[in-house]
Amino acid sequence: MSSHSVLISEPKVIPTSDSASRLARTWRQPSGFWGWFSNVHHTAIGTRYMVTAFIFFLLGGVLAAVMRLQLTRPENNVLGPDAYNQFFTVHGSTMIFLFAVPMMFQGFGVYLVPLVCGTRNIAFPRLAAFSYYLFLGGGLLLWIGLLTNTGADAGWFSYVPLAGPAFTPGKRADFWAQMITFTEVSALGTAICIAVTILRHRAPGMTLNRMPILLWEKLVISFMVIFAMPAVMVVSSMLLLDRLVSTQFFNPAVGGDALLYQHLFWFFGHPEVYIIFLPGTAIVSSLVPVFTRRHIFGYTLIVLSVVATGFLGFGVWVHHMFATGIPQMSASFFTAASLVIVIPTAVQFFCWIATVWNGRIQPKLPMLWLFGFFFVFLIGGLSGVMLASVPVDWQVHDTFFVVAHFHYVLIGGAVFPMFAGLYFWIPKITGRMMNSTLGHWHFWLFFIGFNLTFFTMHFLGLRGMPRRIYTYSPDMHWNALNVVATSGVAFMTAAILVFLANFFYSKKYGELAGDNPWAAGSLEWATASPPPHYNFLDLPTVNGREALWDAEPDQAIVVGLRDDVPEVLVTNSLDSDPEHKEETVGPSIWPFLTSITVSATFVGSIFTAWAIPYGAPFVVITLIGWLWPRGHSPMTREEAIEEYSHG
Amino acid sequence: MDRICGERAVLDVSGLPNVAFGHKNVTWLANVLYMTIEGTMFALVIASYFYLRTRSTDWPPGNSPPYIWFGVANSILFLLSVLPARWIQKKAPSGDRAAVTIGLFILAIFASACIALRVYEFTTLNCRWSDNAYASCIWTLIGVHSGHLVTEWIETLVIFGVSLTDKMEGTRLADAAINSDYWYFVVVSGFIVNFIIYATPRFL
Repeated sequence: MSSHSVLISEPKVIPTSDSASRLARTWRQPSGFWGWFSNVHHTAIGTRYMVTAFIFFLLGGVLAAVMRLQLTRPENNVLGPDAYNQFFTVHGSTMIFLFAVPMMFQGFGVYLVPLVCGTRNIAFPRLAAFSYYLFLGGGLLLWIGLLTNTGADAGWFSYVPLAGPAFTPGKRADFWAQMITFTEVSALGTAICIAVTILRHRAPGMTLNRMPILLWEKLVISFMVIFAMPAVMVVSSMLLLDRLVSTQFFNPAVGGDALLYQHLFWFFGHPEVYIIFLPGTAIVSSLVPVFTRRHIFGYTLIVLSVVATGFLGFGVWVHHMFATGIPQMSASFFTAASLVIVIPTAVQFFCWIATVWNGRIQPKLPMLWLFGFFFVFLIGGLSGVMLASVPVDWQVHDTFFVVAHFHYVLIGGAVFPMFAGLYFWIPKITGRMMNSTLGHWHFWLFFIGFNLTFFTMHFLGLRGMPRRIYTYSPDMHWNALNVVATSGVAFMTAAILVFLANFFYSKKYGELAGDNPWAAGSLEWATASPPPHYNFLDLPTVNGREALWDAEPDQAIVVGLRDDVPEVLVTNSLDSDPEHKEETVGPSIWPFLTSITVSATFVGSIFTAWAIPYGAPFVVITLIGWLWPRGHSPMTREEAIEEYSHG
Repeated sequence: MDRICGERAVLDVSGLPNVAFGHKNVTWLANVLYMTIEGTMFALVIASYFYLRTRSTDWPPGNSPPYIWFGVANSILFLLSVLPARWIQKKAPSGDRAAVTIGLFILAIFASACIALRVYEFTTLNCRWSDNAYASCIWTLIGVHSGHLVTEWIETLVIFGVSLTDKMEGTRLADAAINSDYWYFVVVSGFIVNFIIYATPRFL
C-alpha cells in the first residue's frame, strides 16, 4: 500500500458494536411495490436479470419445442410457413439478445462482480437499474410483437434486402430493430458499470496480478461489448431509417449495398459469440479450482488467452460471409484468423485439464455440469474448425449441420456453464443449497436430450436438410432423423421441469448454505448468504489470487469508511491502492421513470420519426430528475479548497 | 461492547479525501468509456461512408458537395469553445465556484451558437437524405453529431443551473470538469465529421 494517507496499523480494538445495524440502515433498499422500482442494489438487479433472462430462456425453448414438433414428420401442419418464420426468428433473437447475454454477462456480472471485488455496491447503481428496465422493455417489445402477429420474421440477424422496406412491409422488422436498440443500450450501460467496478472498486491488495479470472473475463467482455455493440446499434438504426424515412443505405439502385449490412452486423455478431462464451469460461475457471481443491493451473496463460480472444474475436467476422462471393484473399485470411482463434480457447482447455489432473476432484453437482461443458463444447469446437474451412463451409452452408454446430457451441459454451454456475451460486443468492439428487436427474436428462436433438442434426445437415424450412417432402428421407431429434426435446423439457421443481423446493426447504458451503476462495464467500445490502461488514483486503485461501491468519480489514452515508472505497486500477472515498447514490425511482420515457420514445419511433423530438423533452426531464443533486456533497467547498489548493 | 473480531490488523482509510478530480474520478472513467462507445459509432458510420464510396463511380453521386463556409465557421467556433471548457477544468479543482459558473455560462453560449450554425449547415447540404446512399450517410453523420451537440448543450445548462445553487461543491465541481472532457469529444468528433462532410466530397 503506497498511498500516504493509508496505513496498516498494529492490531487494535474496533469499537463498532452497532456498526452492522448502522450499515443496514444506511444501505437499506426500499421494499413494497413502489420500493421494487427504486431498488438500486446490485444483488437485486443481478437477480432480476437472471430471473428475467431465464424466463426468456423458457419462452425461447417453448418456440423451439413447437418448431421441432412441426419438423417431426414431413408435410406436418403444426405451424404454417408464416408462423414458422416468426417462431425461428423470435427464438434466435430471444436466445441471443434476451437470454444469453443478459444472463451470462449482465446477470452473473451485476450480481457477482461487486462481491468478488469486495465492495458494497456496483459503480453507478442507478445506471445498472436503468439498464435492467430497458432490457425488460426490449424483451416485452419482441414478445408483444409475436403475440400480436407482428413477430420479427427475417431471421435473428434480419438481413437486407429481405428485412428492407421492399420485402418486409408492415412493422415486423421494426420491432426487431428497436428490440436491438433496447437491449444494446442496456448491455452497454451494464458494461460501463462492470468495467468501472472492476477497475476502481477492487479490495486493497487485489492487484491486477491477483485479480480472480472471473473479473478478468468480465473486464474483457465489458470492453468487447463497448466495441462490438455499437456496430449492431448502427446497423439496426440504418435498417430502421431505410424503412421509416427512406434513407438508402442498403438500396443498390442508388448506391447502397446489402453486404454493408452483413459486414456491420457480423462485426458485432462474431464478438457476440465470445461475449456469450467467455462468461461461460469465467464460470469454468472459477469453479474448477474450488472442486479440485487447488489454485488454477496457468493463471497467466488463461488471462492472456482471454485477452487474446477479446482481440481476435474482432478479426474473424467475414467467416460468416464466405458464401457471399468475397474475394479469395479475404476468404483465405479469414479462414486463417478463424483457425488462430482456436489457440487461446485450446490453451484454456489445457489449463483446466491440468488443474483437474493434479487436483483432488470433488464430485459435486457443479463439477458434473463442467464435465458436460468439456464434452459438449469440445464437439462444437471441432465442428467449428471444420466450418472455418471455406470448402466445407460452402458444402454445408445453411444446412442443419450449422444449426448443430452453433447449438453445441452456444449451449455447450453458455447453458452448461450457466447451470454449473447456478448450482454453485444459488446457495449464495438464496441462502439454501439445491437438492443434489434432483440436480443429477436434471443433468442427465438434459445431457441425453441435448445430444439426441443436436448431434442428430449434424447428419441431417450432411444429408442436405436446409435451415429455416417449415416442412419437407417424404421423398427426402429425413423423417427418421427428425423423429430422433424431436425425441430429445422431451428429455430437455423434463430436465428443465426438474430444475424448476428443485429450485422452488430448495428455496424453501433446502439445507441452509452458510457463508461458504463449498469452502471456495473468492470474496463473495466472505459474507452471509444471501449477502446484506452493505455486502461486507468490514471491507476486506486481499493477499493472493484466491482471497480466502491465501489470507494471512490476521488479514487486515478496511476501517475508516463512514457507516452513516453509503460510502465506498475507490482504489487505483493497477495496484488497487486506496485513493479516495466516494459517497455513492441511494435508491431512486428516477431510473425507472427515465426508462419509461426512453421506452416510449423508442417504441414511438417505430411508427413515426416525430417520436424522437416529441419524446426527447420528457427524456431530458426524467434525466434531470435522476441526476439533479440532492443534499450536499460529502466535501464542502472549503474542504475542497483546502485539499486541492496545495496541488 | 466490541465486535467479536476484537483486535486485528486494519487498513485505515479515514484520512483519504472524498472527492477526486481528473482521471482519479470514477465518473471520469465512465465518461471515457461512453466516449469510446460513441466514438466507435462515429467510426463505423465513417467506415460505411468510405465503403459506399466504392459502390459509386461519381462522388457525390449526382449531388453538389455541401456549401462549405457554415461548416468552416462552426469548426472555428468549436476551436474557440475549448477555451472556456479548459478554464472550467482549471478552476474547478481549486473550488472557485464563481469562475466555474462563468465558464459554464460562456460554454453554454458557445454551444448555442454552434447549434444555430448547425441549423444553417443542415439547409446547405445540397442533398436530401433519401436521394442516395451518400446523402443518407452525410445526413446520419451530421445528425448523430448534432444529437451530441444538443445533449452536451443541455448538460452544460443543467450543470450551470446547479452552479447557481449552493449544491455546487465537492463532487459537483468534479462533474463540471468532466463535462469539459465531453465537450472536447464533441469538438474533436465535430472536426472529423466536418472533414468528412465538407472536404471528402471535393477530392474523393
